[in-house]
Amino acid sequence: MQTRDVVFIALFAAIIAALAVFPPITLPVIAVPITAQSLGVMLAGGILGAKRGGLAVLLLLVLVAIGLPLLSGGRGGFGVFLGPTAGYLAGWVVAAFLIGYLTERNWTRLNYVLAFLFCVVGGVVALYAIGVPWSAYVAKVSLAAAFTGSMPFVPGDIVKALIAAAVIMIVKRSYPIIGARA
Amino acid sequence: MLTDLYVTGDSPVHRTRPVIKIAALIVLCTSLFAFEGRESLLISAVIVTAGFALAGLKARHAWQSLRPALWILIAIFAVQVYLADLALAAFVVSRFAVLILAAALVTLTTTTSQFVDGIGAALKHAPAWVPKARIALAISLCIRFIPLIRNTFGEVRQAQRARGLERNFLALLVPLVVRTLKSADEISQAIYARSFD
Amino acid sequence: MITFSDVSVEKSGTEILRGIDLTIRERRVGVIGRNGSGKSTFARLFNGIEVPTSGSVSLDASGDPKQLRRHVGFVFQNPDNQIVYPIVWEDLEFGLKNLGLPRDEIRQRVDDVLKRFGLQHLRDRFTHQLSGGEKQMVALAGVLVMQPRMIVFDEPTTLLDLWNKQMLMAAMEELEQHIVVVSHDLELLKGFDRVLHFDDGVIIEDGEPGAVIANYVARSRC
Ligand SMILES: Nc1ncnc2c1ncn2[C@@H]1O[C@H](COP(=O)(O)OP(=O)(O)O)[C@@H](O)[C@H]1O
Ligand SMILES: [Mg+2]
Repeated sequence: MQTRDVVFIALFAAIIAALAVFPPITLPVIAVPITAQSLGVMLAGGILGAKRGGLAVLLLLVLVAIGLPLLSGGRGGFGVFLGPTAGYLAGWVVAAFLIGYLTERNWTRLNYVLAFLFCVVGGVVALYAIGVPWSAYVAKVSLAAAFTGSMPFVPGDIVKALIAAAVIMIVKRSYPIIGARA
Repeated sequence: MLTDLYVTGDSPVHRTRPVIKIAALIVLCTSLFAFEGRESLLISAVIVTAGFALAGLKARHAWQSLRPALWILIAIFAVQVYLADLALAAFVVSRFAVLILAAALVTLTTTTSQFVDGIGAALKHAPAWVPKARIALAISLCIRFIPLIRNTFGEVRQAQRARGLERNFLALLVPLVVRTLKSADEISQAIYARSFD
Repeated sequence: MITFSDVSVEKSGTEILRGIDLTIRERRVGVIGRNGSGKSTFARLFNGIEVPTSGSVSLDASGDPKQLRRHVGFVFQNPDNQIVYPIVWEDLEFGLKNLGLPRDEIRQRVDDVLKRFGLQHLRDRFTHQLSGGEKQMVALAGVLVMQPRMIVFDEPTTLLDLWNKQMLMAAMEELEQHIVVVSHDLELLKGFDRVLHFDDGVIIEDGEPGAVIANYVARSRC
């Protein structure tokens, strides 16, 4: 890991933090507001790759833990890691890492459809696989109930994967980080 | 700069070292699950309330800490009443409230720079394979660049507003990301130039 | 004294600098040339941010990149990319900590450099809240605390307004170090000892500022 990688990690954590001020967009049909921040998590993996992407998200969470209100809605502090949805924050790190891993492995043949699939695998499947059981455990409900409760958020996350894949492909063409060797 | 969530004060809670507060928080959270039951919840609630009083924090601060989780807590309460009973619903939701308030007690009485110093001190004792200097640099760089990237984001939004693309995610994200990544080379060069390895 | 021996730099298959061969003894050297002519790449060779693809750069006969970096400071065009810490004094201490200096000396050097430029009032300020001119002064201060023997500036005044530009120029005027300045501001270079004119990766003219600048201006007209 070189200085340049540390800079990428810090800058991307800062990007995800800055996305918290992105006004949430409410999709007409599902009525659940979409915040840009978890989109930033998908981008971290898809643009920086597994290690740097995962560490960028981890760095952001460290800053949140030490009292900076950097999550959307101005949330921050240790409390966010003890609430019912904390599993999704832990899941972010895994999501970014996994998206990054899949993107790196398929870098030369990456296309929009693949990028979208990777974002779904990491940013939806893996994320919920961590977030749902966590909620079920801390809220003392059944897995099925926690799963049902999280369903309204899935369409929004799919939309984010659609957008993230487009951004990942454009950045791949205009300013690739993963394939480039400094 | 980035304002943290700290509430100014000079209480014994404020003066306690961050490491000790975090350790206490971990012990409290763990015991709430390890010794699950009304007794542990009640004891914890008393401790947290005492802590709030000792730190001179107001009900307003407690409310501000709970508010972001409010809707989810209400939903959990409703689900528990429906699936189980009122007692379990009350227990689960109160436990969340105690956990969140215990965490808030630490967050509200510790500045971010105290934490950063604490991390720095902890890193001194870390084994050699831990890239201490890089971790410290990453934290500082991120805090340094958040306001700058927020500015960049504001500029991109204005530029896209002029083209009617203000609510277009792609038109906002691509320039933000590319501009930021492009500055990374020069930032790394600047860091190298100042003898950082 | 810094010597470039037949230096070439190649990136992504294209030669950005070719056969640069010169020795610099003068105290103040200017670098001019059109956009993309290779000035920044040349400037970055001085302190080893850029390394030659072939040939060598040596400072008083030492070609060790760490030595170059240690003795040659660099001021970038955009201070926002140069300042890496949230608070002014933290940023000024950064380079010194990397040198492993004792705490007292670090404090002393930071205080000295702030006093010297009358920047004491900025000591505890957040770096992102400074004005453009203040940022550039802090960036320069961060280089000066390292006590380099030579300082390279890459278009240091481009982002500054007239007032801040004059403030920076006055500060540069007072430096006892040797300086190399890449600039499109020809006025700034008039009093220099030597000016290099780059075009397409080679030095096409090298000499007294008067003549080199006059030819450069004439060239831009045709
Ligand atoms: N990483 C790179 N890969 C390929 N070409 C580059 C790279 N960096 C700079 N160049 C090219 O090298 C040339 C010289 O760049 P530079 O030294 O920045 O010129 P100047 O500072 O005079 O404008 C330009 O044509 C630029 O496009
Ligand atoms: Mg240049």
